[in-house]
Amino acid sequence: MQTGSALLQVLVSGIGTGAVYALVALGFNVVFKSTGAMNFAQGEWVVMGGMITALLIGTFSGIGLAVVAAVVLVGVVGLLSERLVVRPLRRPDALVITLVTIGLSILTRSLIMLVLGKKPVGYAGFSGNTTLSLGGVSIQAQTLWIIAITLVFLAVMHAFFERSMLGKALRAAAADREAASIVGVNVQGTILVSFGIAALAGALAGAIVTPLTLASYDQGAMFGFKGFSAAMLGGVGSLPGAVVGGLALGLLEAFGSFYISSDFKDAIAFAVLLLILFARPSGLLGRADIVKV
Amino acid sequence: MATFDVHPAEMQSAAPARRLSQHGRLVLVWLVLATAPFLLPNAYWVSLANLALINLILIASLNLLMGYGGQISLAHAGFFGLGAYASGILNVKYGISPWMGLPAAALVAGLGALLIGIPALRLRGHYLAMATLGWNAILVVFFTQLVDLTGGPNGLLGVAPFSLFGHALDTEMKIFPLVWAVAFLVMLAILHLLRSRVGRAVRAVATNELGAEAVGIDSFRTKLVVFVLSAAMAGVAGSLYVHVNQYASPETFGIAPSIMLLVMVAIGGAGTFFGPVLGAIVYTAVPQVLLDYEDAELMLFGLGMLVVLILFPGGLAGIPAAIARALRRKAS
Amino acid sequence: MSATLLEVTGLTCRFAGVTAVADLSFQVKAGEIKAVIGPNGAGKSTLFNMIAGVTRPSEGAIFLDGARIDPLPTFERARRGIARTFQNLQIFREMTVLENVMVGRHLVGRATTLTAMLRTPAVRAEERTMAEAGMALLERFGLAGRAHQPAGALSFGQMKVLELARALAGAPRLLLLDEPAAGLPHAEADRMAQTIRGLNRDGMSVLLVEHNMRMVMSLSHDILVLNNGRRIAEGSADEVRSHPEVLSAYLGEEVEDA
Repeated sequence: MQTGSALLQVLVSGIGTGAVYALVALGFNVVFKSTGAMNFAQGEWVVMGGMITALLIGTFSGIGLAVVAAVVLVGVVGLLSERLVVRPLRRPDALVITLVTIGLSILTRSLIMLVLGKKPVGYAGFSGNTTLSLGGVSIQAQTLWIIAITLVFLAVMHAFFERSMLGKALRAAAADREAASIVGVNVQGTILVSFGIAALAGALAGAIVTPLTLASYDQGAMFGFKGFSAAMLGGVGSLPGAVVGGLALGLLEAFGSFYISSDFKDAIAFAVLLLILFARPSGLLGRADIVKV
Repeated sequence: MATFDVHPAEMQSAAPARRLSQHGRLVLVWLVLATAPFLLPNAYWVSLANLALINLILIASLNLLMGYGGQISLAHAGFFGLGAYASGILNVKYGISPWMGLPAAALVAGLGALLIGIPALRLRGHYLAMATLGWNAILVVFFTQLVDLTGGPNGLLGVAPFSLFGHALDTEMKIFPLVWAVAFLVMLAILHLLRSRVGRAVRAVATNELGAEAVGIDSFRTKLVVFVLSAAMAGVAGSLYVHVNQYASPETFGIAPSIMLLVMVAIGGAGTFFGPVLGAIVYTAVPQVLLDYEDAELMLFGLGMLVVLILFPGGLAGIPAAIARALRRKAS
Repeated sequence: MSATLLEVTGLTCRFAGVTAVADLSFQVKAGEIKAVIGPNGAGKSTLFNMIAGVTRPSEGAIFLDGARIDPLPTFERARRGIARTFQNLQIFREMTVLENVMVGRHLVGRATTLTAMLRTPAVRAEERTMAEAGMALLERFGLAGRAHQPAGALSFGQMKVLELARALAGAPRLLLLDEPAAGLPHAEADRMAQTIRGLNRDGMSVLLVEHNMRMVMSLSHDILVLNNGRRIAEGSADEVRSHPEVLSAYLGEEVEDA
């Protein structure tokens, strides 16, 4: 294989992985924006998306319907999680909510283990297991599906936050809780919605990546961590940052494991992440926090 | 937008009456603990007690950093590991006695903290959490990949136990006094620190950096000192751990344990002196108790954690105060 | 005559296209109370924050006792004898009232991390004397009864007094007071003024930013008036009160208690 096409292959693979990370990071950021907390359950929702899709494939005629059903189901789980675990908190500050999501992630993972089993599950890609050959580079069709679906979801999210009343309400509550509630925004409700959106995004990520990686009950921590890193890289709380961060992380990993030893590739990704944090703590796209004296 | 800063929940006052009784309570608890090897039914329980005491050092030092110092660290298990591997490798590769390994572990862990602390402590809240998380992840990669040095994923084998006057302290009963003593000294050191101008500076910086700087406290240096100190204590725990188990493997020092330690600080009661004791008991005992339930263990643990966090924001140590408050509300 | 304690020369602060303070020079003499007044947005807070070390000047220099302090961080300036209070109160709410004042004496102590952990006899003695000195200060300010309560439980006026006590705990030479009367009812504001006067009689030099004209006129030996980041008048209360530019700067502005 020529170097050019090898490079292209790595690039495409990196973008594909990056798209998945971007979705997870998006979910992460939405919760962060509305609560200031780091949602440790995000990764578990990714796993649920994949595993429940696998479960529903027999029930539905097309895989598309199975994916939609699974994603909606996990979205409901996200809403329930907020209601049962975050709403009752007496002092819902960012740290407590973070700790509570850690408990939630443990609970969710154990439920996945008990209900969905420990065996990894998978299914064929949306166009079967086709591999395309473009310009001498072989790309799996699923990777293209991943990129396409992610773009569509991002467009929907953009429209939601920019055009819809609910989306604007979420942004208002995230920017200034008190001001938003004064103008009639139900702040608690926006937190509920943000959990729902985060679960949707996570489940979608899991559903579209499973044909490539299989879904297994213990992947949650890894997905969560990667999404977390991507969010930090792009600027935590920034939605476009999630995309940039996700892509950056995906490409970093792809090129890192190709050019440098794949053993140390994780360390390389973290090292780069740390360097960016130190040089520009607010991430690639975020804005610095200003403290007024 | 909510910021991700740690608010030390309840800080103990320096009122002289309370101070004496905290000191007194510490001594009392340790005297009671001293009877453990004689009262516990078998060696397995004593090994749990040893583990609990090591976990106590970890949780108490993290509580110093987080509960009193207001800093989030997700690298604590990593420093635990640095200490364990430092002491273990010095012993296995260079034949150095564990007694020398103990201070060496503190030093190495402290250096590891210095390396990440200097750049990272300029960051706040979630940024600091992320930086320490990344650092722990990097450390684990090194623990796992430097196979010649650390034994890699299979772990470090053949670590000698502590020995006193030629006798190897290689059973649970024999090593208990040492673990008991070191844990006591660590708790005492933390208590003394908190009751000094250094401790007040730490708490002041945690509460209000601007106010602290205004009275002449170098807040960055204060944060760095607590960070390094807590890591050094974790290193000490690491040395104890590796010579008690005569073995160390990377997964003990990964991100998941770091996260759990943080949770245990909160569950015990962040910013309280005895909270870590409760946290250590929970951290050590609960998995053992739940072993019988196998798969449901994890679920029960998660449920339990949620119950404590939601119902007892002050942690387990805050339960007496919470009950008192509830009773007062009922009376009015 | 009176020596110059604090000197500011050519001080300028520019950020985000705005010049908050422009080419300001003035002095604070030892033992005097100098007030900085001006309408909102005149640059008083920025000036204050530059002297305290919270904001970096774009140009100019600040001298304390002839030594340059503008490159120094806030805590270094505290070590040189500058203490300050905050407009928005920066007390340690979760620590007790006594502990707040003891933190104020941080620089007087000698305990290091090591000696503190070992609790040497020196450290034990230091703790005792710090607590005694703290209690004495609280007695003087009428807060001794609340010594072991969390500072957050105090009333707003008491918190302001506590912050002043904390600032004094380190035996400073120059006191920077950031709107000490802000948020206080008349009676408490007058008591604050009395306290400041008493401190000054004992030799404390004071630089204060204040909107409460009654306090300013009755307390200050010298008043500096700012508008749009520049000095428009400087002098005694009488001189400033009738200065045409001062009056026009305040036209359209609500002047409290003038």
